[in-house]
Amino acid sequence: MLELETDVLVIGAGGAGMYAALAAAQAGARVLLVDRGLIGRAGATVMAQMTVAVALGEECPDTTAAHYADTLAAGRGLCDPALARLLVEDGPARIREMDAWGVGWARSADGGHIRQVHAPGHDRARCVYVDFLNTGPAVSRTLRTRLNPVAAVRRIGDIVVTDIATRGGVATGAVGYHLASGAAVRFSAAATVIATGGLTRLYARNSASANMGGDGFALALRAGAQLLDMEFVQFFPIGHLAPRLIGMDPIMWDPFRYKLGGRLLNAAGEEFGERYGREQSGRYELTRDVATYAIFKEVEAGRGSPAGGAYLSFTHVPEARLREAFGPVIDRLAKNGIDLTRQAVEVAPIAHYHMGGVAVGADMATRVPGLFACGEAVGGANGANRLSGNAITEALVFGEVAGRHAAAHARAPGVARLRGDAPSLPLLAGASGPPGRNPAAALVRLQALMGESVGPFRTHEKLAAAAGALAAMEAELGDAPPAAAGGYDLARLDWFDLRNMLLTARCVTAAALARTESRGAHQREDMPGMLPDWEVNQMIDWQDGRLRLTRRAAAGVRAAA
Amino acid sequence: MTLTAELHIRRGGPGEAPREQVFHVPYAPGQSVLDALRWIRVNADPSLAVRFSCINANACKECMMQIDGRAGYACTARLTAGPMRVAPLPSKALVRDLVTEIAPPEERLTR
Ligand SMILES: Cc1cc2nc3c(=O)[nH]c(=O)nc-3n(C[C@H](O)[C@H](O)[C@H](O)COP(=O)(O)OP(=O)(O)OC[C@H]3O[C@@H](n4cnc5c(N)ncnc54)[C@H](O)[C@@H]3O)c2cc1C
Ligand code: FES
Repeated sequence: MLELETDVLVIGAGGAGMYAALAAAQAGARVLLVDRGLIGRAGATVMAQMTVAVALGEECPDTTAAHYADTLAAGRGLCDPALARLLVEDGPARIREMDAWGVGWARSADGGHIRQVHAPGHDRARCVYVDFLNTGPAVSRTLRTRLNPVAAVRRIGDIVVTDIATRGGVATGAVGYHLASGAAVRFSAAATVIATGGLTRLYARNSASANMGGDGFALALRAGAQLLDMEFVQFFPIGHLAPRLIGMDPIMWDPFRYKLGGRLLNAAGEEFGERYGREQSGRYELTRDVATYAIFKEVEAGRGSPAGGAYLSFTHVPEARLREAFGPVIDRLAKNGIDLTRQAVEVAPIAHYHMGGVAVGADMATRVPGLFACGEAVGGANGANRLSGNAITEALVFGEVAGRHAAAHARAPGVARLRGDAPSLPLLAGASGPPGRNPAAALVRLQALMGESVGPFRTHEKLAAAAGALAAMEAELGDAPPAAAGGYDLARLDWFDLRNMLLTARCVTAAALARTESRGAHQREDMPGMLPDWEVNQMIDWQDGRLRLTRRAAAGVRAAA
Repeated sequence: MTLTAELHIRRGGPGEAPREQVFHVPYAPGQSVLDALRWIRVNADPSLAVRFSCINANACKECMMQIDGRAGYACTARLTAGPMRVAPLPSKALVRDLVTEIAPPEERLTR
């Protein structure tokens, strides 16, 4: 076993992890930044194409209070006010810092101010971006460039962390293995930061990378930390479904639909939005949750498109206007054989972001001493529903706070760097199970199950059946991975992924089953309507191999009481 | 008639004699080579080693390999109905099958 030692270990090199590493180094700590993929390329941050919400007041007057109010309204009573406040209040400093570092936020034609555009749910033009559809790559590149010369930060890719290491209830780092060689690794750190992003790979239809199976939630849980709001998975209503579109993010249609009034049609060519309320013909007034519901219902009624979604059509828009709005994207679509003047595309709701996550305070500390979390891995800031653009801000702001506090913790007197223990240690040392079934196929089965039964619209019956199916899949997985076949053994990785994905899926399912109401991203067909009694966060613990679900009055409610 | 893509994949680890394995994959227009490689892992051989993260967005730039003799991204290279040759990048150190060491040296475990 390879042993590595440091002050602060950061797991995950997306926006949150890279910012945490920078901040920890700035505070004087030695940092190890590891990622299961390549540094700065494997997670959601590099994939984000759209906008970042922040009250800069460049485009029009704005206040953090207004951004805060919008965030809380979207969160439907469940936002943690301290985390939401931190997000909106530190946001401007982070975004300006990124500007100074050369991220290249789009500017007004005269080069004067940073452009801010309107996005759904915000009361004014608040969202910055990098042209063209380049926000995430620019953010990622900027942070990587900042990290390059920082000697105190060692970056290592291809490191799959399988558990947080602990000793006597204190986090002491992590264990995992080097994917490229198969070598087991133990990290001993005074402070450990989980910056592993979200869980949308749990679903068949998603906007996820291969690294978004929710590892961090499982790591935190097994280490003794709490999770909250795990039932709130955000679905993006008009994710691309068909024809196969490659080289483009599946969530790309939204701004165009918004700009051009793209029509949602069912198999009979009917504009069905009206039937579900609020949509006026040709105008984008269908909110995300209603659009998701409407598409879901049309498919259920047998009026879906061939691939199981709805048609999105721009054929009523003159070609010149299409060209103007889509710019170079038109040519990329043409390469995919898609001609918007003549044909509609198929769209459907896809899993896009996770509101829930690791429970932390405003210092990003979990209840396990020495263990911190940040970014999408953290729950609470966005409550039951996230405003568009808040996620990148969350990653940068929480990353900075986590790095700073982790460094302070690491430098506090009496904090040791210990070699800890972890449940997966024997597995990494070589214990192996029988050559089981194809783990890649099992993973696809899990995604189908979650999509079918724990998707945007839920019922007790489906959720209960899913809980049973997940237990059966866990039994089938067994206690040990297939024997290691050397470097880059993806079947072994699938096994470790399933171990985390199944635990995370169980959390989502259990919380969804228990919440007998509908709120934000959690919609129960058998329990419509939001109930005042449910203004609570559901907390999840892992005790003696079992999940334990408890309720806590939402912090906003607690503050008011 | 259902069309099939025929992938001739160069496999093996460092120091091993490379072998070519042929997989037949159902073909649908518009698919990427990565779609086919992922299909193989799920339906035929989960041990096939291939590096990728973002799948659709062409953002991670991790899926570089040699496709019909030219370096390219598996996630944007179009699958064709018929034979295609897929191999690891010849200019990089081989990790296994289609995976090569493409991280900058300072971001590796052993530098
Ligand atoms: C396609 C897409 C478009 C989006 N567009 C927008 C947008 O326009 N605006 C917006 O605000 N938000 C957007 N989001 C959401 C936003 O991008 C994410 O919430 C945010 O980037 C998360 O940052 P993060 O650093 O927390 O996680 P990530 O950037 O996901 O990074 C997590 C990292 O952890 C690594 N990791 C995970 N598990 C392990 C492990 N076990 N061991 C080691 N490493 C591990 C992963 O490989 C990954 O690199 C989008 C998301 C997607 C998927
Ligand atoms: S898989 Fe990310 S660029 Fe090809």
